[in-house]
Amino acid sequence: MPLFWLILAVLGVALAGFILGRSRALGHAGGDSRGLHSLPNYYGWNVALKIMVPAFGLLVVWLLLQPLYITSQISEMIPEASVADGGSLGLVLAEVRRAAEGLDAAVASGAMTEEFARDVRADFADVTQRLKDAGQIVTGTITQPILNAAQSYRIMTATGNMAMSVAVLVLALAGLAWGLRQTGVSFRARNVVETSVRALLIAAASVAILTTVGIVLSLVFNTVEFFRLYPASEFFFGTNWAPSFSGRGGASDLGVIPLLWGTFYISIVALLVAVPIGLFAAIYLSEYASSRVRSIAKPAIEVLAGIPTIVYGLFALLTVGPLLMEVFGKEGLGWMQSGTSVMTAGLVMGIMLIPFVSSLSDDIINAVPQAMRDGSYGLGATQSETIRQVVLPAALPGIVGAILLAASRAIGETMIVVLGAGAAARLELNPFEAMTTVTAKIVSQLTGDADFASPEALVAFALGMTLFVLTLGLNVFALFIVRKYREQYE
Amino acid sequence: MTDASIDTAPAAGGKGSLLGSDARTKKRNAAEKRFRLYGMAAIAIGLFFLLVLFVSIIRSGAPAFTRTVVDVEFTLTQAEFEAAESELFKTKAYSNLFIQKLKSQLDAAGVEAEFDESAIERLLGKVGSTLREFYRANPEQLGQPVDFELAASSRVDGYFKGRVSRDTLQDSRFLQVSDLDLVDRLEEAGVIRQAFNWPFITGADSGVDNPGGAGIGASVVGSFFMMLVVLALSLPIGVAASIYLEEFAPKNRWTDLIEVNISNLAAVPSIVFGILGLAVFIQFMHLPQSAPLVGGLVLTLMTLPTIIISTRASLRAVPPSIRDAALGVGASKMQAVFHHVLPLAMPGILTGTIIGLAQALGETAPLLLIGMVGFVARGYPDGFIAGFTEPNSAMPAQIYTWATRADAGFYEKAWGGIIILLAFLLTMNIIAIILRRRFERRW
Amino acid sequence: MYDAPKTAESTVSQNEIKFDCRDCQVWYGDTHAIKDVNIQIEDNTVTSFIGPSGCGKSTFLRCLNRMNDTIDVARVEGQFLLDGEDIYDRKVDPVQLRAKVGMVFQKPNPFPKSIYDNVAYGPKIHGMAKNKAELDEIVERALRRGAIWDEVKDRLDQPGTGLSGGQQQRLCIARAVATEPEVLLMDEPCSALDPIATALVEELIDELRTRYSVVIVTHSMQQAARVSQKTAFFHLGNLVEFGDTGEIFTNPNDPRTESYITGRIG
Repeated sequence: MPLFWLILAVLGVALAGFILGRSRALGHAGGDSRGLHSLPNYYGWNVALKIMVPAFGLLVVWLLLQPLYITSQISEMIPEASVADGGSLGLVLAEVRRAAEGLDAAVASGAMTEEFARDVRADFADVTQRLKDAGQIVTGTITQPILNAAQSYRIMTATGNMAMSVAVLVLALAGLAWGLRQTGVSFRARNVVETSVRALLIAAASVAILTTVGIVLSLVFNTVEFFRLYPASEFFFGTNWAPSFSGRGGASDLGVIPLLWGTFYISIVALLVAVPIGLFAAIYLSEYASSRVRSIAKPAIEVLAGIPTIVYGLFALLTVGPLLMEVFGKEGLGWMQSGTSVMTAGLVMGIMLIPFVSSLSDDIINAVPQAMRDGSYGLGATQSETIRQVVLPAALPGIVGAILLAASRAIGETMIVVLGAGAAARLELNPFEAMTTVTAKIVSQLTGDADFASPEALVAFALGMTLFVLTLGLNVFALFIVRKYREQYE
Repeated sequence: MTDASIDTAPAAGGKGSLLGSDARTKKRNAAEKRFRLYGMAAIAIGLFFLLVLFVSIIRSGAPAFTRTVVDVEFTLTQAEFEAAESELFKTKAYSNLFIQKLKSQLDAAGVEAEFDESAIERLLGKVGSTLREFYRANPEQLGQPVDFELAASSRVDGYFKGRVSRDTLQDSRFLQVSDLDLVDRLEEAGVIRQAFNWPFITGADSGVDNPGGAGIGASVVGSFFMMLVVLALSLPIGVAASIYLEEFAPKNRWTDLIEVNISNLAAVPSIVFGILGLAVFIQFMHLPQSAPLVGGLVLTLMTLPTIIISTRASLRAVPPSIRDAALGVGASKMQAVFHHVLPLAMPGILTGTIIGLAQALGETAPLLLIGMVGFVARGYPDGFIAGFTEPNSAMPAQIYTWATRADAGFYEKAWGGIIILLAFLLTMNIIAIILRRRFERRW
Repeated sequence: MYDAPKTAESTVSQNEIKFDCRDCQVWYGDTHAIKDVNIQIEDNTVTSFIGPSGCGKSTFLRCLNRMNDTIDVARVEGQFLLDGEDIYDRKVDPVQLRAKVGMVFQKPNPFPKSIYDNVAYGPKIHGMAKNKAELDEIVERALRRGAIWDEVKDRLDQPGTGLSGGQQQRLCIARAVATEPEVLLMDEPCSALDPIATALVEELIDELRTRYSVVIVTHSMQQAARVSQKTAFFHLGNLVEFGDTGEIFTNPNDPRTESYITGRIG
C-alpha cells in the first residue's frame, strides 16, 4: 500500500529532522545546553513539526480533492447516451470504477501488461476477454466509452498518486530545511513549538464542530436530493409507507407519518415502563436505602445501561416476543398476531431506559438541599410527605429534563425496534400490533439493494434529518432545563 | 399580635399524649409504608429484569458452546485410495468406504443399525468430499489409522439440545424421523457425542443454510481492528480537545459553540453517525465498504464526546494548586499541563477511554449502515493492513446478522455471540474499575 | 467531672417544666458528642444554649424533636421527657412529636412554593383545617405571629424564596408556629441575617415566649443575654452550667463559663 509507505517515509524524515535539529542546536551551543534559549528537545520538535504538519496536511487535502477532480474529468468523457434510462451518472461512474479495479487486478495477475491496460486503442473484445480470464466479473453494462473512461481513470489516478507522493515528500524535505535553518542559539524554539501544539489542540477541539457540520451536510444534501425526486409535502403529510422494491423509483409511497406514529407509540410505552420504575428506584435509593443496599442496588441497576442494545434487541425478539405471544397471542387473549409488536419493543426499551431515568433523577434529587428536607421534617412531615410535597416539586424541572433526555434516547434507539417492533408501517392503536419506526426504516432502506440515487434510498436521509432535528430539539431543551435547575441550587 | 382567635386555635399534635397515635397519624404512617414499598418494588423490578435478562442469555447461549460430533477411526490404504480416485463419482466412492467403516465400527460395539448413504448425508453432510480432500492434501496419512471428528448437522445437534424432537420433526430432505433412531444407535455405540465447540469461537461466519458451522472468530478480529482505530484516534484527539477546552480555551463564542456541540453530539442517536459514515466516508471519500477502518472512524466520532466529557472531568479533578506550583517555578503553561496535570489525570482519562471503548464495542446500528451486515465475515483477513481494509463484520453486527436469518439454529449462535461480547465488555469494565480503585486519588 | 444538674435544680422556677432531660448521651458513629447532659426546660421561657463551635449545643437541640433520626450514624441514649412522656419511647411517632416541637433552622429554608403554601404546608399534612376558609385563617394567624403578615399579605401567591433573608426567616418561624407547637426550637436563627433583621427576629422571639417554650441556640452572647431568661453553657459535649441568664453572665460558677464569656475560649 503506497499510502502507508508514504506516511512512513514522512515519519522517517520527521524522526531524522528531530535528531538533526536537536544535535544542530547543541552543536551551535558548543555541546552545552545551558547556552540555548530552550531545551534541546524543543529544537528537535520544532523541526519535526515543520516536517509533519504541512506534509500530512497536504496529504489529507490531496486525498480529499483528487477523487473529486478525477470524477469531474471522467464525467465529461462519458457521452449522454451511456447514461441509460432510469439510471444515473453515479451508476455509470461506479461502473467505471469497477472496470478500473478489474483492470488493476488483471494487471496484477499477469493477464495483461500495464501498457495494454493503458492502451486506448486496444480492442474492446480482447480487453473484456482478458478481464474474464483474470477472473474479473465483467457485466453487460461495460461499453467502449466506459472502458475508455476506466482506462483514463486508472491513468489519472496513477499520475495523481505519483504527483501526490512527490509533492508530499518535497514539502517534508522543505520543512526539514526550513526548521534546520531556523535552529540557532537564540531561536525561541519552545515558544514556537508551544504555539503549534496549541494550534493542534484547537484543531482537535474543532473535530466536534466538524462532526456536526459533517452530519448536517450529509443529511441536508441528500435530503434536498430526495425532495427533488419526491415531493416534500407527500413525505411530511403522507399517511402511507409503501416503498417499491425495485429500487428504481416508480410507485413508492413514502409518507413519514406512520413511521413517526410507530416511533412515538413505542417511545411512550417505553417511558410508561421506565419513568415510574426509574423514578421510584431513584427515590428509594437516594432517600430510603441504607448505604449498603445503595452500594449494591445502584450499580446492579446501572448494569442495565451498560448492556449493548443488540442484546436488548435479541431479548425482545427471542424472549419477550414469544412470552407475550403466549399470553396475548392466539392461544391466549388473541390480541397479538406475531411476537414483534409495539408492546414487545416498548417493554424492552423501557427496561433499557430504567437506569437512565434512575441515575439522572438520583443526581437531581440529591441536588435538592438537605435544608429543604429538614424544614419539612421539622414541621412533622413524614418522609414520604416530604418527598412528594417538598423534594419532588423542587426537583421537578430537573426530572422533566431527565425524562426528555430519556425520550430522545427512546426515539433514536435502533436495534430494539429493528428486531422487536416489526417491519410493517401502520397507523393503528392496538399496541400488540407490529409497527415500525423512523430508525428501523433508515436501516432497512440503506441496507437493502436499492440504488443510492433512488428515492427509496434517499428517503433514509430525509428520515435521518427528521430524527436528528427531533432529538436535537429535545436534547437542547432538556439540557437547558437541567442546567437552569442546577444553577438554582448552586 | 392580638388576634381574638388565637386561643381557640386547633393544635396539630393535639394536647393529648404522645404515646398513642391518632387515626390520622396511623393513616399517614400507612401511606408512608406504601410509598416506601413502591420504591422497594421499583428496585426489585429493576433487579428482576436484570436477572431475567442474564438467565435468558445464559440459558439460550450456553448450547452454542457445545456441538455434536461423530468420532470415526478410519484407515485408508493406498489401494483403496487409488481405486476411489479412479471412479467416476469419486466422493460417492469415499462415502461408501466411510459407510463400510462405520458399520464395522458399530458391529464391533455390538450395536445394530441400518442406514444408507442419504441418511449419512443428512446426519453428517458430504462426508465423501471431506475425506477426499483430507487424503489428497495429506497422502502420507494413507495406510495409517486416522481419527476423524466429523461435525453433525445442525438439526442433529438440535436433537441433542432439545430443539428438535420426534414430535415436532417433519420428514424433509434435511432430516427424517428414522434418522433419529440411527442417532440413538450411534449414541449407544459411543460414536456420536457432545464436544466443546471450538469452531464457534475460532471460526468465520457460514452460509445461510449452515448454522452449525458459523463461528464468531472472524468478527472478533473485525471488532479488534475497529477498536484499534478507535483507540488510536479517539484517545489523542479526545485528550487534546479536552486539554484545550479545560486549560487553554478563552471564554468566547467559539469555545461556547464547541461546548454546546460536544454535549449535543453525546446525545445524537448512534444511527445518525451511521448515516454520516455512509455519506462522508463511503459515498464521498470512497473508502471501502464494510471495512473495519470505516467502522472504526464512525465509532471514533461517536465515542469522542464521551471521552472528552470524562477526560475533562479528570482534568478538573486535579487541584489548581498543582498548576500554580509548576507555574511558580517558571514552567510555561504548556509544560505545567503536560508535565504535571496530564500525568495526574491519566488514570481517570484511561478509565473513561476504556468505558468509551466498551460502549463502541457494543454499538451496532451505525455498522449496519456502512455495510457490516449479511455474509461479510467470511474468513480471517490476510495481514495487518488487510485487517483494516478488507470487508469484515464486528461482533454485534454478526449477532444481528444471525438474529435476522431464517434458520432457528442461528438464534443459538446469536445468544452465544452475546455471551462472548458481554465477556469482553465485562473484562474491559473490570479493568476500568481496577484502574480507578488503584490510582484514584482524593485531593 | 463537673455536675451540671445541681445548678439547674438550684434554680427556683415559677413556670412548669416542659422538657426534662436525664443522662442524655449522643454518639455520631464513634464520636461521643453529648455526655451525661441533664437539663430541665421550662414552659413560657426562652432558654438559650451557648458555647463554642462543636460543643454539642445544636446536636442537643436536634435531639429534642428527634431530628437526629434522619442521620444514620447518630445514636441517642437517656431520657427526654416532654410533659412526662419519653419522646424516644418506641410508641412515639416522631412525626407527631415534631408537630408538638417545631423547629427553625440556621439558614432560612423556605420551600420553593408560594408564601401561602409554605405556611399552609404543616397544617395541611397534619389535617388541621376542615376547609379552605379555616386554612386561610390558620395561615393568616401564623403569619401575624411571625410578625410578617403586613409585609406579605398582598403577595401570598408569590414564591417564598423571593423574600429577603430576614423576611424568609420570619416566614420560616410563621411556618413553624402554624402547626401550633408547644415548644419551638431555634438553631442559630439569626446567624444568616443582618443586624436590623436580627433585631426584628429577636423582638419576635420575645413575643413568642408568651405562648411557647422557646429554645434557642446562639453564637452570640449578647443575643443570649437579650432574649433569654435561662442560659445553658455547653463545652466539649458537657453541659457545664445552666441557670438564670443574668446569673450566668454576671456571676458564673464555673471557670470555663467565665473564660468563655470573657472571650478566652470559643
